[in-house]
Order: sequence, then C-alpha cells, then structure tokens
Amino acid sequence: MSVQTPPHPAGLAPAPAPFLDVRDLRVHFPTEDGLVRSVDGVSFTLEKGRTLGIVGESGSGKSVTSLALLGLHKGTRAQVSGEIRLEGRDLVALPEAEMRALRGRTVSMIFQDPLSALHPFFTVGSQIAEAYRVHHKVSKKEARDRAVEMLKRVGIPQPERRAGDYPHQFSGGMRQRAMIAMSLVCDPALLIADEPTTALDVTVQAQILDLIGDLQEEFGSAVVIITHDLGVVSDVADDILVMYGGRRIEYGSTRDVLKNPQHPYTWGLLRSMPHLTGDVGERLDPIPGSPPSLIHLPGGCAFHPRCAYKGWVPDGRCTRERPELRLLSGSARHLAACHLTDEAKQEIRGGTGPDDHAATARTAR
Amino acid sequence: MFRYLVRRLLAVALIMLVITTITFFIFFALPSDPALLACGKTCSPSRLAEIKHSLGLDQSYSTQYWEFLKGLLAGRDFGDQSVRIHCGAPCLGVSFQTDTPVLTTLLSDFPADLSLGLGAAVAFLVLGVGLGTVAAVRRGRAADKAAVGLALFGVSVQIYFIGLLLLYLFVDKFQILPASGYTPITEDPAGWFQGLILPWTTLVIVYLAMYTRLTRSSMLEVLAEDYLRTARAKGLPATTVVLKHGLRAAITPVITIFGMDVGSLIGGSAVITESVFGINGIGKLAVDSVQNSDLPVILGTTLFAATFVVLANVVVDLVYGLVDPRVRLA
Repeated sequence: MSVQTPPHPAGLAPAPAPFLDVRDLRVHFPTEDGLVRSVDGVSFTLEKGRTLGIVGESGSGKSVTSLALLGLHKGTRAQVSGEIRLEGRDLVALPEAEMRALRGRTVSMIFQDPLSALHPFFTVGSQIAEAYRVHHKVSKKEARDRAVEMLKRVGIPQPERRAGDYPHQFSGGMRQRAMIAMSLVCDPALLIADEPTTALDVTVQAQILDLIGDLQEEFGSAVVIITHDLGVVSDVADDILVMYGGRRIEYGSTRDVLKNPQHPYTWGLLRSMPHLTGDVGERLDPIPGSPPSLIHLPGGCAFHPRCAYKGWVPDGRCTRERPELRLLSGSARHLAACHLTDEAKQEIRGGTGPDDHAATARTAR
Repeated sequence: MFRYLVRRLLAVALIMLVITTITFFIFFALPSDPALLACGKTCSPSRLAEIKHSLGLDQSYSTQYWEFLKGLLAGRDFGDQSVRIHCGAPCLGVSFQTDTPVLTTLLSDFPADLSLGLGAAVAFLVLGVGLGTVAAVRRGRAADKAAVGLALFGVSVQIYFIGLLLLYLFVDKFQILPASGYTPITEDPAGWFQGLILPWTTLVIVYLAMYTRLTRSSMLEVLAEDYLRTARAKGLPATTVVLKHGLRAAITPVITIFGMDVGSLIGGSAVITESVFGINGIGKLAVDSVQNSDLPVILGTTLFAATFVVLANVVVDLVYGLVDPRVRLA
C-alpha cells in the first residue's frame, strides 16, 4: 500500500464530520448466564475510499460490530448503545424501517462463508437481482441484466449462463465473487467484509482481496474488513483496529500498527503469522491461552492472563487497573491500551527476536 | 427425469407385489375359516365343501395366489354354471360376503375418503404451516406459547373424543349442522360440504399439532441460517425474509410427512373418523373385511392403501426436486 497518510489527524478540530463515525459502540446480549458484553465501547472513524481493518480472535467482537453497522441487531435481544454516525445520521437510533432502506443500498456486507450465506434454493442471478430490486423500481428483466453485469464485473466467465446456476454449482472462489457482486449491486457507500477470504484457498484469497480493492477504487466506497489475519489487512487496510474482549486495544494507521505495534497482544498476533520470507522450519509462536469470557472479563487489563510481560509493570497494575487507550507519544493518532511504559516496550522489543520473546514468555509463566 | 420416474414406478409395482404376497400368506395363517363363516349356522360338511370349492379355497395356497395374480393382470371369472361373476382386469377378486368385485366396492367408497382426506389435509397443512411459522418468528412470546399449547392439546386428545364432542355440540345441542355423513358432491355440493365440516375439523385438530411443531422447529433452524441473515442484510422486508427465503427452505421436511399423511388418509387410514361420523369409506371396509375373513377385500384394501402411500412418496420426491435444486433426479 502506498497511501498511508491519515485523512484527518484525530483531535485536530474542526475537521469536517467523517463519513463513518462510530462512538462508544456497545452491544450487549442478556443471557441466562449473565450479560455478554460482545462489544464494549468501540470507536473508530472511516472516510470514503478508505479501508479499515478490524482484527481480533474469534469472540473479540468484530463480527458483532459489523452486524451493528448494518443494524441487524434491531428487533433482537441485543442491547445496542453508543453512536454509529453515517454521513451524520445515527444508525443506532434509526427506526428499523429507515434502517432497512439503507441496508444493502448504502451499507452492504460480504459474509464469511458464501456457501452458507447464499440461499441454496435460488439461482445466483435471482439472488443478486433481488438485492437490486429491493431498492430500485425496475422490472425483473432489468434487474436480471444488472445481475449479469455485476457477475461480469467481478470476473465470472459466461455470466449470462452462470446467473442461472445455483450456489452449489459454483466453486468457492466463484461463490465469493458472486457474494461480492450481490453486495455491490446497489453501489453501497460503506462495504463491510466479514472475513471475506477465510473460507477460500490461499490462491483465491489474493484474487478476492484484489477484487475488493479494485471495486473500491471504482465505486469510491469505504470498506471495513474484518479478519483474524493481520496478513490480509496489511495488504489492503489504511487503518487497523485491534480488538480484544470486545474492546479496542490498539488503533492506528496500518503502517504504525505493523511497524511499531504497541500492545503485547498485537505482538502476539504478528508473531503467530507465518512470514513469506521466513524459515519454513521455524515454528510459529501462537498466543498462549484462549480468548476471555465476555461475561466475566478478567479484571484489570483483559489480556493480562495471557500476557507474558505483566511482570514488567510494577505493583501488579495489569491485574487491578484497566489500561486506558493512550496516544503514543510522537504520534498523531496511534492509540494503544497497555500499562507498559514506552521505555519498557523499547527494551522488550529492542533487539529481541521471536526466540527471545518465547523465552521471556516461558520464564514469565 | 423421465427415466427416474419410470424407475420409481417400477419400484412401486415391486413394492406392491411384495405387500400383496405378504398379506396373502398372512391371511392363511389366520385361524378363522371364511367358508365356515359363509356357511352359516345350519352347515353340513357337503355344503361347506361346496362353498370352499366355489370360493376356490380347496386349491393349494400357491395355486390360489397364482390365480389371484393372473386375475390382477388379465381378469377372471368366478362361480359355477348357475352363478357367474365376471371380474375384469385389474381384478382384485370378488368379495366372499357380497359377491361383488372388490374393485367396484373400493371405487364406490373411494370418493368419501378422497373428500375427507384431501379436504382435511389441505386445511391442516395450511393452518399448521401458518401457525408454525408464526410461532417460530415470535419465539418465546405469547403467540408462540399459544400455538405450542394448541398443538399439545391436539396431540393429547383422541379422534373419537373430539369427534363425539363436535357432534354433540354442533349437531345435537346447537343444531347448526345436519347429522354428518357423506353425500356425493355430484348429488348435493352443499350437503357434501356440510356433512364433512365436522370430520374435517376433527382430523385438522389431531393433525394440526404435528404440522405446527414440525414447521416451527424447521423454521427456527432456518431462521438461524446464514442465508437468512444475508436476506436481511440485503434490506428485504421481514415478511419477504420469512415467507420467501425462510419458508421455502423450512417447508421441505413438512412436505415429506405431508405426502405420507395424504397417501394414507386417502387410502383409508381415517377409519376412526369414518366410523364416528358414519362415513362408509375404505377404512371401514377394511375393518369389516378383517372381521369377516373376507380375503379378497382384505387384499384389495391393503393394496389400495399401499398404492396411495407409495405413490404419495413418489410425488414427494418429485416435489422435493422442484423445491430443492440440489436434489438431482437422475
């Protein structure tokens, strides 16, 4: 990615209102076992034509966040609070009828597994045409032509013929292309891609990401890519938001977050990622432990039970006190929520390779 | 598709042959003697032998069976010089009791079962799927609890109880309806309808339960599917999401059960309802034939019922292929 300049440095008022402005978003689900805080105070902004990558393990709240952007929690037991301002309109407060008019037209979504996300009983063409006809007063014929045109646009060969096929007659990559065609059929201003490449072969993954990038350029949409794979976002995202236990733990431009990650969890994500140039024999270093319970989040820093560096913070603050997001000194908008001092981070990261990290992790346990 | 149909119909013929064979030989294992029943109280051994001969019961089982199969394909003649009964193909035999060809009796009783079964089936399908869908969409709320409660009531009560209760209320007490029974639709359409309202209601109450529950659980499963979330994400109205995307997928298990129920209802399985409401249908015919050891009628009714159940299954498979494109009929 060559474009790395942040659109509007945060805190520099009065900037024009961003295209998408999410503020203190909370999505809670009351269950018999207690309140599940899937998303707990998440904020981010996004401009048209730019891409935000939301990264985290399963259960970190990324998918719930994306469903909130589509207003799909309306009418369920989920309790949504905070603000999702899209071009100045608050989607959280929007009545269902108005939200429905935006869904698929202004805000659209690409789902993770296109085999289960496409209806097995309807042809691909008719499903795309349907998405167009909900929001446009056109004849069935026109909608179908539009569907064929979209299939062609996403690179499906013989689109006229394939439009009459059922999803199970498509290959995995083709299905995801069809899904993308469906989500772009109304030229949405905001496109959310929830793990768009997870269900696909590695060779197809790159094609799909390129396709999303090309179409974004063409349509000028804002894109939110949700993934657990930092490799995916490092290629396509302008900004990265790292989530853990429903909260933000690091947020900044892609370059800042990847070149100068500030949170031990982000370090872990980066280390658990294979490097193309790395030694094949080298073992990956996964983050120990498992994601926290969203009902009983660990006290203090939610990541502390899995953090190898909590010993670096005096007085056990990591277990007692929840770290606030802090602006990294010298950076305009790189935020991270960690008690470690800049010096400590420098010392930990300075000159230490993955092996030393592993060693530290082992002694800390 | 055509080859599939031919193959399925051949299989149907085979299944029915097996059913006939089994029924035929089970009959001879029964302790009762049809000739003795036909002979009456003043029965001499010579008279008994005569009857046995005229019924064909003096021949070996295998000869009798062979004659039966031959009659099925080519027709046959019964009786001796004095009384001659011709039974054209497909001949299911002639009743030991009434000396009428079984097929004639079956066909004259069939319209009653067709009216009763088909009418009730359409009603409980529509109502059951409707209630089940509402219950699934409103899961956990009052409408759901009411539908599930109603369904529970339906499974718990028995046909004869509900039937007699309805008869008492609507015919005896309030006299809203005439005494029930079957009037052919060709004779008196209004009378046909009035006479069948209560039997239909009874069957609906009993069958509705299963269809409501089945639709509800199937719909709940489908509502949780990813493709329904996609439908919502497209901005489709809730009714389209549920009725077009949801019901289309949720209906498949219902179709299976419905096919079998319609097949057996038309084939005469509504025997209790028939007898409560005094309808002379195939169910009643079957029960009477067993009581009288009337082998040709037993065979005929069994074969008749089996035909409808098996054919209904073929229709179900064909419908399945139409509903679910992943089912390839080849």
